[in-house]
Amino acid sequence: MRRNNVLLRQHSVLPGFNLTLGLVLLYLGLVVLLPLSAAFLKTFTLDWKGFVDAVTAPRVLASYKLSFGVALIAAAVNAVFGLVLAWVLVRYEFPGRKLVDAIVDLPFALPTAVAGIALTALYAENGAIGRFLPFKVAFTPLGVFVALVFIGLPFVVRTLQPVIENLGHDLEESSALLGAQRWQTLTFVVLPALLPAWITGFALAFARAVGEYGSVIFIAGNMPMVSEITPLMIVTKLEQYDYAGATAIAVVMLLASFVLLLLINLLQAWMRRRQGQQA
Amino acid sequence: MRKSLLAAAGLLLTFSVMAKDVNLLNVSYDPTRELYVDVNKAFAAQWKAKTGDTVNIRQSHGGSGKQARSVIDGLEADVVTLALAYDIDEISAKANLLPANWQKRLPHNSSPYTSTIVFLVRKGNPKGVKDWDDLIKPGISVITPNPKTSGGARWNYLAAWGYALKKTGSEAKAKDFIAALFKNVPVLDSGARGATVTFTERGVGDVLLAWENEAYLALQELGPDKFQIVTPPLSILAEPPVAVVDKNVDRKGTRAVAQAYLEFLYTPQAQEIAAKNHYRPRDPAILAKHANEFAAVKLFTLEELFGSWANAQNTHFKDGGVFDQIYAPK
Repeated sequence: MRRNNVLLRQHSVLPGFNLTLGLVLLYLGLVVLLPLSAAFLKTFTLDWKGFVDAVTAPRVLASYKLSFGVALIAAAVNAVFGLVLAWVLVRYEFPGRKLVDAIVDLPFALPTAVAGIALTALYAENGAIGRFLPFKVAFTPLGVFVALVFIGLPFVVRTLQPVIENLGHDLEESSALLGAQRWQTLTFVVLPALLPAWITGFALAFARAVGEYGSVIFIAGNMPMVSEITPLMIVTKLEQYDYAGATAIAVVMLLASFVLLLLINLLQAWMRRRQGQQA
Repeated sequence: MRKSLLAAAGLLLTFSVMAKDVNLLNVSYDPTRELYVDVNKAFAAQWKAKTGDTVNIRQSHGGSGKQARSVIDGLEADVVTLALAYDIDEISAKANLLPANWQKRLPHNSSPYTSTIVFLVRKGNPKGVKDWDDLIKPGISVITPNPKTSGGARWNYLAAWGYALKKTGSEAKAKDFIAALFKNVPVLDSGARGATVTFTERGVGDVLLAWENEAYLALQELGPDKFQIVTPPLSILAEPPVAVVDKNVDRKGTRAVAQAYLEFLYTPQAQEIAAKNHYRPRDPAILAKHANEFAAVKLFTLEELFGSWANAQNTHFKDGGVFDQIYAPK
């Protein structure tokens, strides 16, 4: 016990554990928990039946399917291509690398409405890309997918980059020296080491995509039962001055996202432990 | 010399005591941006001449419903000038900032200028759209924003409903008409400007349902060589209302100037400005002057068909209302 304490003191960089813990809790409380609890409180002005009716209306159910489904697919696609992109950016020298590296951040910086309008202009039937496609993209669920891929990409790339940088060539070299094929090195050495960060990137991209409104709203077409996202259902409720109904849907979204993120975190922790045992 | 200096100083002093700077905040909806730039300039000049005070009018624009919610949540609007009475009703009901009978306090349902719903079609009117019945024909694609999220779109919807009801005399048939109409709508943008962009820039649709003033603005901005306006023989009288927000002006001490500002909207000078911005003026003399710009159209009022905005809202746009029933899975 005493030794533990000594260890803790030695390892702590910031002075005053109690002070910093208090600060952390206060900050989290003010910035994150206070607005969220306001949403929960507003929901409690509904009775149970009103709550269930609000969050299980057919259009709202259809919107969950679209929002969570497309967000998952978009995050998965970003996970694959984000990994490739991050790998190339770290491991290869080529002219314009710095530029490409900076471009990755653009979806972070661009106002989402601008992104939405630009994507719609490109993918509309008379747009620069849309006119060559045999199928419709803008104003369909496919358009939602395009927008969500766009805004989610930097999350995967930026979480993977530092990990790949730290990976070092020696692991791959040892693996090769021990007689591993290239694909064996990749699947048994490189990917397991990247997995935790990879999943974090995926989770971030997913969480962002679920809540995204600005960029999606222009390209989705917003047809009831087909291409309405859940955040739009919340706005629809607000337009009717139905604050309680709006927050009810928001609470369902929050809980669903929280459970999914928690599961992803647990999965990550489990994998880390397993890796630790193997090592 | 000294005396005159003193006198000048004295005059300056009294002047600065008397002449005040007054700030007004007008919370409005999207397409009135250009209208109120002109109105504010004219009113400020008139107020300065009358009282010596300088009045600075700040404008806030956005979707009508969103603007109303901002006022409910505490945005200190002295006056609200919104797209539909229902939004001001809610400011009264939810935040109690003005009395429920606010619409009776100014002439003409508190709407100093009006508009109507017209069709914007592509140049030459290739699909030959003339009347509401043409909108439900197969193969016609109609662009209108979502009435659940856009105040302007609610006027579009009610105009179509009113036409069908007047023609058939039956609510059931009117509902069939609306269902057939929305079957021809491929995109439901969340706001009126979004729908205009979808139609004009993205090239989607044959007809855009729009406020007359918005249609003129689109024509002006994007070129009369690309689009033209078709005014149906029958449409709705769209009345965007204005109101002083009592609790806010009383706290800020701006009631007199806020009231004068809204009354100014009814003067020939402001009516002329409204007409120039493609809103139909209430003043018959000014309207007659601009008769060639505003096509003759038979207009019905919202009250005549629906009783009140609250009624229209509850029957048609509430969750589970007629609009939702159109899209309910069968």
